[in-house]
Amino acid sequence: MLKQIEGSHAVAEAVALCRPEVICAYPISPQTHIVEGVGEMVKSGELEDCEFINVESEFAAMSVAIGSSAAGARTYTATASQGLLFMVEAVYNASGLGLPIVMTVANRAIGAPINIWNDHSDSISQRDSGWIQLFAETNQEALDLHIQAFKLAEELSHPVMVCMDGFILTHAYERVDMPTQAQVDAFLPPYEPRQVLDPAEPVSIGAMVGPEAFAEVRYLEHEKQMRALELIPAIAKEFKAGFGRDSGGLVRGYCMEDAETVIVAMGSLLGTIKDTVDAMRAAGAKIGVLGIVSFRPFPLDAVRAALMGAKRVVVVEKTFAVGIGGILATDIRTAMDGIKILDYTVVAGLGGRPITKKSLHELFEKALRDDLPALTFLDLDWDIVNKQLERERKKRRSGPAAENILRDVGSHVAQHS
Amino acid sequence: MSFQPVKFYQTGTFTVGNRLLEPDQRSVQANMERTNSLNSGHRACQGCGEALGARYAIDAAMHATNKQLIAANATGCLEVFSTPYPETSWQIPWIHSLFGNAAAVATGIAAAMKVKRKKGLVGDVRVVAQGGDGGTTDIGFGCLSGMFERNDDVLYICYDNGGYMNTGVQRSSATPPAARTATTMPVGPEPGNPFGQGKFVPAIAMAHEIPYVATATVADLRDLEHKVKKAMTFRGARYIHILVPCPLGWGAASRDTMKLSRLAKETGLFPVFEAQYGEITNSTKIRRLLPVEEYLRPQKRYAHLFGKTPAVETIARLQALADKNIRRYALLDKEAN
Amino acid sequence: MNKPFAITLNPGSSLANRTGSWRTERPVYVDRLPPCNNQCPAGEDIQGWLFHAESGNYEKAWQHLTKDNPFPAIMGRVCYHTCEGACNRAKLDEAVGINSVERFLGDEAIKRGWKLVVPTAETGKHILIVGAGPSGMSAAYHLRRLGHRVTVYEAGPMLGGMMRFGIPKYRLPRDVLDAEMQRVIDLGVEVKLNAKVDNILETMQTGKFDAAFLAVGAHIGKRATIPAGAVSKIVDAVSVLRSMEHEDKPMLGRRVVVYGGGNTAIDVARTAKRMGAEPIIVYRRTRDKMPAHDFEVEEALQEGVMIKWLSTIKHAGDSSITVEKMELDANGFPQPTGEFETLEADSVVLALGQDVDLGLLNGVPGLEVTDGVVKVDANMMTGHAGIFAGGDMVPTERNITVAVGHGKKAARHIDAWLKGEKYEAPAKHQLATFERLNTWYYSDAPKTVRPMLDVIRRQSTFEEVQGGLDETNALFEARRCLSCGNCFECDNCYGVCPDNAVIKLGPGKRFEFNYDYCKGCGLCVAECPCGAINMEPENI
Repeated sequence: MLKQIEGSHAVAEAVALCRPEVICAYPISPQTHIVEGVGEMVKSGELEDCEFINVESEFAAMSVAIGSSAAGARTYTATASQGLLFMVEAVYNASGLGLPIVMTVANRAIGAPINIWNDHSDSISQRDSGWIQLFAETNQEALDLHIQAFKLAEELSHPVMVCMDGFILTHAYERVDMPTQAQVDAFLPPYEPRQVLDPAEPVSIGAMVGPEAFAEVRYLEHEKQMRALELIPAIAKEFKAGFGRDSGGLVRGYCMEDAETVIVAMGSLLGTIKDTVDAMRAAGAKIGVLGIVSFRPFPLDAVRAALMGAKRVVVVEKTFAVGIGGILATDIRTAMDGIKILDYTVVAGLGGRPITKKSLHELFEKALRDDLPALTFLDLDWDIVNKQLERERKKRRSGPAAENILRDVGSHVAQHS
Repeated sequence: MSFQPVKFYQTGTFTVGNRLLEPDQRSVQANMERTNSLNSGHRACQGCGEALGARYAIDAAMHATNKQLIAANATGCLEVFSTPYPETSWQIPWIHSLFGNAAAVATGIAAAMKVKRKKGLVGDVRVVAQGGDGGTTDIGFGCLSGMFERNDDVLYICYDNGGYMNTGVQRSSATPPAARTATTMPVGPEPGNPFGQGKFVPAIAMAHEIPYVATATVADLRDLEHKVKKAMTFRGARYIHILVPCPLGWGAASRDTMKLSRLAKETGLFPVFEAQYGEITNSTKIRRLLPVEEYLRPQKRYAHLFGKTPAVETIARLQALADKNIRRYALLDKEAN
Repeated sequence: MNKPFAITLNPGSSLANRTGSWRTERPVYVDRLPPCNNQCPAGEDIQGWLFHAESGNYEKAWQHLTKDNPFPAIMGRVCYHTCEGACNRAKLDEAVGINSVERFLGDEAIKRGWKLVVPTAETGKHILIVGAGPSGMSAAYHLRRLGHRVTVYEAGPMLGGMMRFGIPKYRLPRDVLDAEMQRVIDLGVEVKLNAKVDNILETMQTGKFDAAFLAVGAHIGKRATIPAGAVSKIVDAVSVLRSMEHEDKPMLGRRVVVYGGGNTAIDVARTAKRMGAEPIIVYRRTRDKMPAHDFEVEEALQEGVMIKWLSTIKHAGDSSITVEKMELDANGFPQPTGEFETLEADSVVLALGQDVDLGLLNGVPGLEVTDGVVKVDANMMTGHAGIFAGGDMVPTERNITVAVGHGKKAARHIDAWLKGEKYEAPAKHQLATFERLNTWYYSDAPKTVRPMLDVIRRQSTFEEVQGGLDETNALFEARRCLSCGNCFECDNCYGVCPDNAVIKLGPGKRFEFNYDYCKGCGLCVAECPCGAINMEPENI
């Protein structure tokens, strides 16, 4: 059924269609509308046989999820940014214990300085937490990925993070095709846990494991993710059969047939990039796009196969590893190991900085000319940066950088913070 | 006394069993068929009060729930000594997640059980969460308070041995004043743990007005079992705080675990009481009131109080704490004394 | 369940970890000798029979008791219960009223007609017992239990010896005495009354006895040389008490002077009081030096018996006596002061002790008699093989309980001697001292006081002075027993073991250590209320 609704609500409805049994949530922008949505459905009775728990922190949210999942309940939660960081210990624990929790991360920057706007720093910071991470390009895909995520998580007995750009997707009203309950029920069987806390068959979950078996436990976790590399496309295929849509998978190419220049990115940014590429294609540039859906497990083979024919790759990412540069780019480089392709890393959109088609166009043009440095900060205001650097050179105690910069860019911005 | 004391029976109320009682009046621990929820072979130190308290409490809970029980456990001694791969001592469904989240994990389990029961998939399965004082009064306090405030159907049991014993006897917010720990050494002008404001979590639990709060010691089994069983008659959040001596951390002989629990109660330093919905309903009276020295002396963690020049003032301050407990929790039986 | 590797484990699997290897000391269950048992002259297993009484199984308690002493109803009245003086509970509140529970069991047995255990096989041996007093009847019982044929020769007309002729009925009602005597007879013991043995060897030979146990008692009152007028009435206490059992009661007059300070003096004075006299005891030392039990002195004083302390009789006239005041010297011995006093006296009863009539032993080779009593060896045998002796006629403290104990001891040795063996008593356990108890575990429970007859009625009747306990308070009293040194299945060890290393074997079967898991923490030892667990070094 087609609906014109907010991204968060679309996700809330999709999650409800998956018949979760326990939902726990702690509010943090921009995830709030999702949990408000499911919360209301539980309270009204629209979503039956489900406990909605307002916890006191994200740490508790993930902990409650661990408990309910281990007790055999299909469990869902959502968070973002600082919230994700606050629950980190439990995030690692959920994957370590192999509990098939599904969590939405409404991607948002991490402070300080505190910033509520979108980038991918939060979920990328959990790159090595053991969770599967799927990135949605559109609200439709966000909705679809949640349905797929439960199936994937429960098949593997492993947690899955569905990442969608905060505000850009979560708060955007778009037309989505909402599946019926019958469709979802046919696709997603009831949760049959692989391990469960059951008085009839008691086990101890969460043993202390020493050097004699720790590495093996970790390897087995890796092995699960490797299995996910096969399972993710299979589930996407099954999803297409049931729902009639391409959604999910490991990677998705666009205009890749003869592309010499490939732009790689994740999430909603792909839409803007595709628009830009369309325009450049129209002007004759042999340029294509590779969207990464599955960031973890990272589909090295699929990426390598997709990039095999390219001359250069431009990775545009909404994250930044201070002190080295790109994060996604590093993984892409690993995929291209041994292939001679020029690669450029572009850090863009941090803390919600708009990524315009104009800027991208200029960027890609430069790339086509191989006129890009290895690491580019898109639309970085060098004037501001240099001013602050100058201040710091002059005065040891030059005041807080963020406040200084805000003063430089103008008071109207300062008032918004 | 929070339950009908056994009178005129040779050993009365205080022994584990009493062959002279009707079987249904005997303690769970006296039963040949007791669950032994925490099985032999665990790696707790000799004379571990926590191992004992955990078996007492969980066996009683198993008895009260007809073995329909799941436990969530915080990181700490209890977890480490009971479940090192490849063996577990637990004979009940049990999960360990993290140090600070046992209460929240238990909330999750309780929520899952509620849904599954509604769906007719399970019977009335109850949930306990358990942890040491560090996992309860410090790092797990947020989750604990949240669980209380929501009134989730969880019995949380804190085994209080007054410090981080698993990591090598460091101070926790439950470490008593003047006690020596690895992070409050008996040096300087105020040796041992400073006299702070205290953080008595049972009182904080009462402030949440949850259905049931109780304290107990491993020395008074019938009292402890009564409280666990009683806790299981309530729905919603419940809290039992059990004093469990740690021979290692307290610097005490392993055989003195019971004796020290008894002395903690008999001196008034550890008040034993029950509360419902925020109101104290009962306090277990002191049977033979003793000065705090009796409790302090056998423990090396207080040895610095009894050096060449006894720390008379510090001992007096500790006595004042005991006296305050005695007043506040009405620990003396007016009629008997 | 297809469990994830390593992080999810099978329940209770820690049994594979044998923590017993940590141990440097091991707990061991022991039985220790309770001080009451250690003290009992009759060798009763007091803690043992109290154990059964505690659960209300009085018949089992009585059967357990009568293994050692067939006369609980008598004991419960006349035994001086030194066991209670040794009782560890006295250090806690008051001693357990062992004697009162024993009496309750004895009375209960009479009331319910409980029977002693009949021997299962006969040995064919025939043993002569001379004297049907406590020692003789005790020996008769024990020997009969061992399957021997027993014949008791009693010089007097009734059974009981000193229990009848020395103890007034207000202390020991005769129906009680008769009942407990009869129960022994019912085991098949033959008794010949009014059958004084004049020559033991002759009697043994005539009757073809295989052995003899002599327990003739000490029935001859000691005389003192008191200058007396021709008409003065001087009698001895034993005769007075004996004559109380006959039709012709003694004529002592109104003012009766009793001379002596032992229990017999008290008995005779209290008897005289009940007969309407005004008895006065004349004793040469002070109350604290008096050999009589203080409670008896107290009871006598309550009843109106007068006592003249620090006095000796110098002369007895026909209606008065002259006494000399004494004073104690530095060593506590009375010394004459030369001050005299005259007391009215219709009669003087001498209670200065008793001698044994050893006439029956004339001409028996090997015998050794010293100070008027027969010497016996550790096996209660006299210098003449096959002739054993006990009770007041051998060197000993003279009381009923000791006599009963002699009977038991002699019986065991006679039995062994008849088989050509030597009876070896099982080694005594270590004493269960108070320090080994963990008294926290015992309920606070003060001793139950037995009812006493009103003084008015004590002054004029021979009704029993001290009452018994009823079932409720007898049970209470039994349950005050601390079971010193002997497991009473309180489950403490089973409960307090942090390692579940104590196996409960079930009611009556006690416990066992599971050394596979016992870490040797010692909690069970510390928390055993009765001190029945020892810690022993582990041999590594």
